[in-house]
Amino acid sequence: MSAAPPLWDVDLRRRFAQAGRQFDLQVRFRSDARRLVLFGPSGAGKSQTLRIMAGLTRADAGHVRLQGEALLDLAAGVELPARRRGLAYMFQDYALFPHLTLRQNVAFGLQRGWRNPGRRVADPEVERWLSAFGLQALAGHYPEQLSGGQRQRTALARALVARPRALLLDEPFAALDGALRARLREELLALLAELDLPLLLITHDEADVRLLGQQVLTMAEGRIDE
Amino acid sequence: MSEAWVPLLLTLKVAGWATFFNLLLGVGVGFALARLRFAGRELLDALLTLPMVMPPTVLGYYLLVLIGRNGPIGAWLQREFGLNLIFTWQGAVIAATIVAFPLVFKSARAAFEAVDPQLEQAARVLGLGEAALFFRVTLPLAWRGILAGLLLAFARATGEFGATLMVAGSIPGKTQTLSVAVYEAVQAGQDGLANFLVALTSVTCVLVLLAAGRLAPGRVAGGGLR
Repeated sequence: MSAAPPLWDVDLRRRFAQAGRQFDLQVRFRSDARRLVLFGPSGAGKSQTLRIMAGLTRADAGHVRLQGEALLDLAAGVELPARRRGLAYMFQDYALFPHLTLRQNVAFGLQRGWRNPGRRVADPEVERWLSAFGLQALAGHYPEQLSGGQRQRTALARALVARPRALLLDEPFAALDGALRARLREELLALLAELDLPLLLITHDEADVRLLGQQVLTMAEGRIDE
Repeated sequence: MSEAWVPLLLTLKVAGWATFFNLLLGVGVGFALARLRFAGRELLDALLTLPMVMPPTVLGYYLLVLIGRNGPIGAWLQREFGLNLIFTWQGAVIAATIVAFPLVFKSARAAFEAVDPQLEQAARVLGLGEAALFFRVTLPLAWRGILAGLLLAFARATGEFGATLMVAGSIPGKTQTLSVAVYEAVQAGQDGLANFLVALTSVTCVLVLLAAGRLAPGRVAGGGLR
């Protein structure tokens, strides 16, 4: 056994029961891959795995450790709430706040307290990400005024502003058309290289696997075959 | 027609307070019914809707039984604080609050249920606690529906007659609201005054309904009013 703990150390069990049907999620993997891809058909339990890692869904048993630090360890009574896990999570349809402008969306996680950042919020981190994604000219727009690619970049900027320790992406390109998909994959690769940020991406698209995956885990019927 | 303005101002005062109380009560109860899972939730919803379908005079009678001098609440208020609510404008506020309450909590519940849970999860991942999340995401997204409900409640409180008459009576300048004043004017054969009061009431209600219709087109105020 090596001295350094693995980057990803995940061991989860959860039973979902709905309308008389039962689905068992049983996921276990350890990996040091900086770009890890969870690949499988829809309904395999990929999203639920990612949600449990982010603290959005509860597990029945198991642990999630990131570089040795427990975000969840039910046997030890550790269960950090989602807001304390320091993970960036991008939803499949981006979940941008429709009542806030692009700039306010990006600044959202930087501001504590009960009030949203103002429309004219000025923060060097926000400006940095707006310019990195070429969004400055659109900063006053609302999400419904943006194209799919612009929304995706906004969601990514919003997730990265808070300096997360890892990036979790749920089918990041599924909502986009072909040409844009290829371009945004390239952008994401360049970004990851620059930030040196660990990535866990789930997808059912083999092109994502080819281009982005350093290591690929295949998931089917709630299980991962490592 | 200077005497006509006295009941108008009193009516606005009573309806204003009733709307304010319903803002707190209705939003609180609407949120609880939308988010908490407990046995008897729909039964509670039905019971709280009763003021909308019961005759106002029946409500007024219940209120008299409860807050009258010999009622459990009324006797307690008298004993502890020397307070009497019967035949006061505060009593009229209580009657109007209860009659208008279902309009607010129903709208609020529907508005909260319409908020995409994924947006709240996105806020959690971005580091927000539950209270901050409520004021920065949930409430702003539900606000239009709630406001439409509040405007309807204001209109309902403005026109309240039966329960108000039972609880607060018809003391000119003290508890005589517009709708009660109309009744009194007709009974006394003061047709000119009655006409003026009726026009005043109608204009007030139409303005409020137009405002409600603009806020939630087709959902709360009904498409026919737009």
